[in-house]
Amino acid sequence: MASIEISNAVKSYGAVDVLHGIDLDIQDGEFIVLVGPSGCGKSTLLRMIAGLEDITSGAISIGGTVVNELQPKDRDIAMVFQSYALYPHMSVAENMSYALTLRKTAREKITDAITNVAEILGLTALLERRPKALSGGQRQRVAMGRAIVRKPQAFLFDEPLSNLDARLREQMRTEIRKLHRRLGATSVYVTHDQIEAMTMADRIVAMHDGIIQQVGSPVEIYDRPANIFVASFIGSPAMNFLKGAYEVAQNGTAGIRLTDGSFVPVLPARGATANQAVTLGARPEHIAIAADENGENGGIPARVELIEPMGLSTLVHVSLAGNPVKIFTLDRPDFAVDSFIHIAFDMEKIHVFDTETELRLPPENEPHGPQTA
Amino acid sequence: MNVSGNSPARKLVYWGSHYLMIGAFVVFALFPLYWLLKVSVTPNDILYTEGVRMWPSRTTWENYFFVLTQSNFPHYFLNSVIVAGTTAIVTTMVAAVTGYSFSRFAFRGKVIIVALMLITQMFPLVMLIAPIFKILAPLGLTDSLTGLIIVYTAFNVPFATFLMQSFFDGIPKDLEEAAMIDGNTRFQAFRRIILPLTLPGVAATLGFVFTAAWSELLFALMLVSSESASTFPVGLLSFVSKFSVDFGQMMAAGVLALIPACAFFLLIQRYLVQGLTAGAVKG
Amino acid sequence: MDGGKSVTTAMQAGKLPVERRGVISRRLSGILEPYLYVSPALILIIAVMLMPLVLGLSYAFRDIRILNPFSGGFVGTAHFQTLITDDAFLGALVNTAWWTFGSLLFQFTLGLILALLLNRDFLGRRLVQALVFLPWAVPTFLSGLNWAWMFNPVVGPLPHWFTALGLMETPFNILSDPDLAMWGPIVANIWFGIPFFAITLLAALQSIPKELYEAASIDGATTRQQFISITLPFLAPTIAITLMLRTIWIANFADLIVVMTNGGPADSTQIVASYIFTQAFRRLDFGYASAIAAVLLVLLLAYALGVIALRRAMTHADS
Repeated sequence: MASIEISNAVKSYGAVDVLHGIDLDIQDGEFIVLVGPSGCGKSTLLRMIAGLEDITSGAISIGGTVVNELQPKDRDIAMVFQSYALYPHMSVAENMSYALTLRKTAREKITDAITNVAEILGLTALLERRPKALSGGQRQRVAMGRAIVRKPQAFLFDEPLSNLDARLREQMRTEIRKLHRRLGATSVYVTHDQIEAMTMADRIVAMHDGIIQQVGSPVEIYDRPANIFVASFIGSPAMNFLKGAYEVAQNGTAGIRLTDGSFVPVLPARGATANQAVTLGARPEHIAIAADENGENGGIPARVELIEPMGLSTLVHVSLAGNPVKIFTLDRPDFAVDSFIHIAFDMEKIHVFDTETELRLPPENEPHGPQTA
Repeated sequence: MNVSGNSPARKLVYWGSHYLMIGAFVVFALFPLYWLLKVSVTPNDILYTEGVRMWPSRTTWENYFFVLTQSNFPHYFLNSVIVAGTTAIVTTMVAAVTGYSFSRFAFRGKVIIVALMLITQMFPLVMLIAPIFKILAPLGLTDSLTGLIIVYTAFNVPFATFLMQSFFDGIPKDLEEAAMIDGNTRFQAFRRIILPLTLPGVAATLGFVFTAAWSELLFALMLVSSESASTFPVGLLSFVSKFSVDFGQMMAAGVLALIPACAFFLLIQRYLVQGLTAGAVKG
Repeated sequence: MDGGKSVTTAMQAGKLPVERRGVISRRLSGILEPYLYVSPALILIIAVMLMPLVLGLSYAFRDIRILNPFSGGFVGTAHFQTLITDDAFLGALVNTAWWTFGSLLFQFTLGLILALLLNRDFLGRRLVQALVFLPWAVPTFLSGLNWAWMFNPVVGPLPHWFTALGLMETPFNILSDPDLAMWGPIVANIWFGIPFFAITLLAALQSIPKELYEAASIDGATTRQQFISITLPFLAPTIAITLMLRTIWIANFADLIVVMTNGGPADSTQIVASYIFTQAFRRLDFGYASAIAAVLLVLLLAYALGVIALRRAMTHADS
């Protein structure tokens, strides 16, 4: 196993920069998830680590060795592809042993390794089958097995679960995590699915437009997003955003005056000045449905547009000053579509973003800490 | 397309005319070949009296016997097998690597090379005969099977390349990337993973080139002067001008010339459609 | 794995941040690799097609007659001046147009019908497909000979059938009638060329997504409307390209004519390509033959560029 250091890595195709100076240190044994919308550069970064894409400038090292100029085959890494990329003309056993055969590993050692890995992944009965005769989930396992057998310095995963149905995806998520516990292998996992990122990562690397937006543990990223992009990308249903102006009262309390004139109290934000254009960010679970306008925190009236029962909870879509707002509630709603309800924001949990820079302005009482990479 | 109309009567009319037209195409395609076969087994003495009959009252193998034992045909046949076989193999190898690079790499000058290959398909080949003769003569490659093989290979490489490329386009890039991570260089990945998966494409290309080289007449006629290096088409043509009255023997020779090309074609024709489709639909 | 590790440890021990020579060699090999793959094809094409083409073009301006030991000199545009007044050449130009568009019209129409027929599932489709494509595999010289025999009243059935149908008074060989002879090679060419169009168009047909037809039939389109609104637009690019390439190919295609009529009777089937062949290898006048070939090449290039320009203008008008 090995650590991976990426320093100032740039990728450009002609005049177009796809990655702008990426810096990232991945600890030995860590499970890192690169997450972002398609086109954000996460796959390109992974492929640069693998050696499938040239590094335009900067350096990538694996286990302390700069690998910029090494062929993929000499980097001692394994990769699981979105399409699985199983060799169709080889059996499961041959697929898994191919890399070892190329390294001229002794036959008994190969057999041992394959028997062992097949057992872990429940593939023992399928070893002689061709990939064509396997189900999607089984193919995924073979792809995993092919990577594990090699005991590489690092595992790279390129959206490995996106071709599976929801149930299987959930199951494999857990399984990959358990495998990681067991093998302790450095892993870099690319996905556009924020749930995968949240559930699997030791640390999440949120990327957008070829730039790392934030690096942090799942909880850190969720609770203290560095900017509007991270806040909106992580979390489902997504965070609500409302534009307004920052106001400070004489007694030190602060709030945001929304465009329709209603006022939402917030914790004093560090660096915010009076009348600054700010954006209020509130996760659906941090908005409460108040009994009436005199209720706790002072309710703001909103019109109900849609009620989505989700079993455990209910998602209520309301319109607040013309802006759509989603509210997550565990109570069964006792109101109907088109009626007016009052909503209240949880002052401790909501966020203030600078509308112009889109950066989060943390509460003054939040300890300073590294947030953006 | 969906079934046109749903009533049984309309279906009957539709499929009736469908089969009728298909039948007409099959007859048009096969009748000339059938006639070739028919005349070749008709004994000489009844050839003219039974000229328009669909099948002669008596049949004979003596035309084949004559062609195979009394003429140079076995020799021409062997020359053609050597020339067409070697051309097919060499062309397919060259076309495979070129088609692979067209399919997988973006490189400076690629557009120009592709355009060059397309333009060569436009050349009046008759124009090239004399210059090629002039270039090959000092190298001792005229009147030689090797010379023919080189010329045929060059002529067939462009189309074969585009054909192979369409097969490679149908194979996901992930596969050789996986192989490169597993420990192959790119060329090893190409040879050990990608090429085995394009065997249908290789078969189609082999068959296509073999048929083309087997059929070529003008260059074989002009670049080769001796009997010993003559290919089947040249032999057949000289046979025709020598024995222009003996239709039975000529057609027997024709049937023999037909066999390898047709056999090859029947083997590969379904891959050919597949190959031309492969570029358009992935997976 | 072990190999990879040993490389790693070796480099670690040396504490080399980046090995400078490696940089150059990997970049360079990355850049060179594609060229390495295309070089065999490129060398062959340049040596056997491009060089001879240039040499051939130079012959057009020289006096090259094989049997004349004093030939070889530079004659400027003399060949081209002769060409303008050469009635045989002008006749061959007209014949080339007949030959090309006559063959192409039937090859394409029948090929399209065949492709449409084969695009439906029916009993025995695979066998039928193999059989109807067979003429493409028949060596061209043999197709030529075979059709020449078919038209021959001595052994062929066609003249007798034509007589029975009342098209001829007595069975005769149309290949020896200057007014009709061109139809002989054209028929052979149609027979030989239908499969090409059928194969390409069938491949294009099979790449049209089935959902489009399903959507159209739910929208209430009849089979005819589906053909016009879905099939034709999808086939259009394939049709445009194959028609253009085929026009050029057929115009250059002399084998059938050389085998069946040798340009006769009385030059009535002489096309430019077969005329070049006659000049070069029957009269051994390579200079003049090359001049004709150069003119043909220019005409075909002009045709191709014209078609491309027309297509571009039309697609621009569309958008």
